Amino acid sequence: MRRRTVEYELSTTGLDAQGRPRRVPLVTDGGTAVAFEPPPSVEPELEGEHMLINLGPQHPATHGVLRLVLELDGETVVRCIPHVGYLHCGFEKIGEYRQYNQIIPWTDREDYLNSPGNNVAFALGAERLFGIEITERCKVLRVIAAELSRIMSHLVWLGTTCIDIGAFTPFLWSFQERENIYKLLEDWIGARLTTSLTRVGGMGADIPAGWTQGLNNFIRTFPKTIDEVDRMLTRNAIWVGRTVGLGVMTPEEAVNYGLSGPMLRASGVAYDVRRDFPYLDYETYDFDVPVSTHGDVYDRYLVRMEEMRQSVRILQQASARLPDGPINIDDPRVILPPKNKAMNEMESMIHHFKLVMEGPRPPIGEAYVAVESPKGEKGYYMVSDGTSKPARWRIRPPSFVNLSAIPKMVEGHLLSDVIAINASIDIVMGEIDR
Amino acid sequence: MRVKFGAAIERVDVVWGETTVYLKGDRVLEIVQWLHDDPAHQYNYLSDVTAVEHRDADQPLEVVWHLRSLPFRRFLRLKTLIQKGEKLEVDSVWPVYKGADWLEREAYDMFGINFRGHPDMRRILMWESYKEGYPLRKDFPLRGRFSRSEQLRQALDQDPEARYSMEELSVADAFQDLPPDMRERLASGDTPGE
Repeated sequence: MRRRTVEYELSTTGLDAQGRPRRVPLVTDGGTAVAFEPPPSVEPELEGEHMLINLGPQHPATHGVLRLVLELDGETVVRCIPHVGYLHCGFEKIGEYRQYNQIIPWTDREDYLNSPGNNVAFALGAERLFGIEITERCKVLRVIAAELSRIMSHLVWLGTTCIDIGAFTPFLWSFQERENIYKLLEDWIGARLTTSLTRVGGMGADIPAGWTQGLNNFIRTFPKTIDEVDRMLTRNAIWVGRTVGLGVMTPEEAVNYGLSGPMLRASGVAYDVRRDFPYLDYETYDFDVPVSTHGDVYDRYLVRMEEMRQSVRILQQASARLPDGPINIDDPRVILPPKNKAMNEMESMIHHFKLVMEGPRPPIGEAYVAVESPKGEKGYYMVSDGTSKPARWRIRPPSFVNLSAIPKMVEGHLLSDVIAINASIDIVMGEIDR
Repeated sequence: MRVKFGAAIERVDVVWGETTVYLKGDRVLEIVQWLHDDPAHQYNYLSDVTAVEHRDADQPLEVVWHLRSLPFRRFLRLKTLIQKGEKLEVDSVWPVYKGADWLEREAYDMFGINFRGHPDMRRILMWESYKEGYPLRKDFPLRGRFSRSEQLRQALDQDPEARYSMEELSVADAFQDLPPDMRERLASGDTPGE
């Protein structure tokens, strides 16, 4: 347990019966401050007395509506009791009343910093349920979407964490780069935050002509921003002082608590779903999985910074290998007919009508598909009973599981460090409460 | 596994590369402990704990565990069936995986499954005084059980203290142990000048 001592300058010196300096409150009397002599009864010994404070749910540094009830001894956290659920919307229940393609907009709204990544993950899950093999171009486009959204999410994490710890400038730089990604997504699908990029069996839209030019520009300029942030923070005495040695999780603890993503890798466990359980041909891309050893807030920062650089590498390779061809599979069971056919031919119109009104029906079965989201292992578990709506749709939320370890991480640290540790988990309450 | 636990394994399915093992409900903790500790398996990572209720009212409710073995890069799904009318209760895997804490609380919150041996079986996403039942059960209507006005009335009737757990209230109770003059000063709300 770490303690820091702060010496107060007393306004008036004075000793009590035990010879300790006495705090003398000042009261204003007729416009002039006069020293007020306290009554002879001394204050009871405050040491060992605990105080209960409530952090959140409406607090800018809790990244949403998270409420932490903290029991403090002085400034040291003795116990932390998290409360979640303020943003619970019942996504999983609503999903049981929606067709598979209608669920995709809901996936935008759970981890809203990573919407394209969620769309990709959900489509992969549904496609395993349908038994569909997607086209090569679609695979590469999905990799591009997933990696762009990883960078986007890490940039938000970087900016907000800097604000929490007291650095303002990296926030502006990272949000500037995030704006560039938003521009790319807007050109591609027309939406910035809630993208609904994928469909079961393909994509909502192909990239417009000349889009890869914009992507390549981004790939070229983005590492410079990362280097600038790196120069600003990595060896900055204040940054290091506020982050090193906080919220340490050992590798065994991290695995046992079910942590995933940068949280787990900062603790020294090299588990990345992209590498260990590959999807979307990630095994054919050349990228490294950054792993750190100390498991504290500083190492989580280092891991996320390196992950952004690795994402740029993946984006370079994906942009170079992007094949021509269709984005949707040729399967009338799930893919709508082209619009001009649906408007001009009777059969296509009936086909369009049936797909929209009844929805594609997967065979009876179940599928659990996990992807590496910026927060960790994001899983979609779907159970089909042969109808066009899932019998059960379950999100495995990485931030939810990561956040459940927060009492373990903050207990024994100072109140101000709770903010830094909480920021390092990279939580999104939309995903935790769903 | 079948050799070791014989009768406790009801069925094994392999579909699309995902292995599902159906277990008898009362042996779950023992089997999970063995999967976790056995050097030839080392399922040391718990991905998910959840439950599935089918639309067909005769089908049993399923409790599902998704395990991963990080050293061997394997994935395993365990399932236990709870027939309709049986008591919704299974072993908690919290003694093996600390990460099961919130996942099991969520399954309890949404389905009403009681996990034996869990240290803190409370609702997590819904509030503690939530009276409408378990939202992800199929007999729970999509819009909730009560009308909008009834929900509003209940919300206004809420005791704000109900959001505190017993643990937190115990800290607040320590207030009674303070010396009378300090208690009086704190209760009156005036703060001494610093």
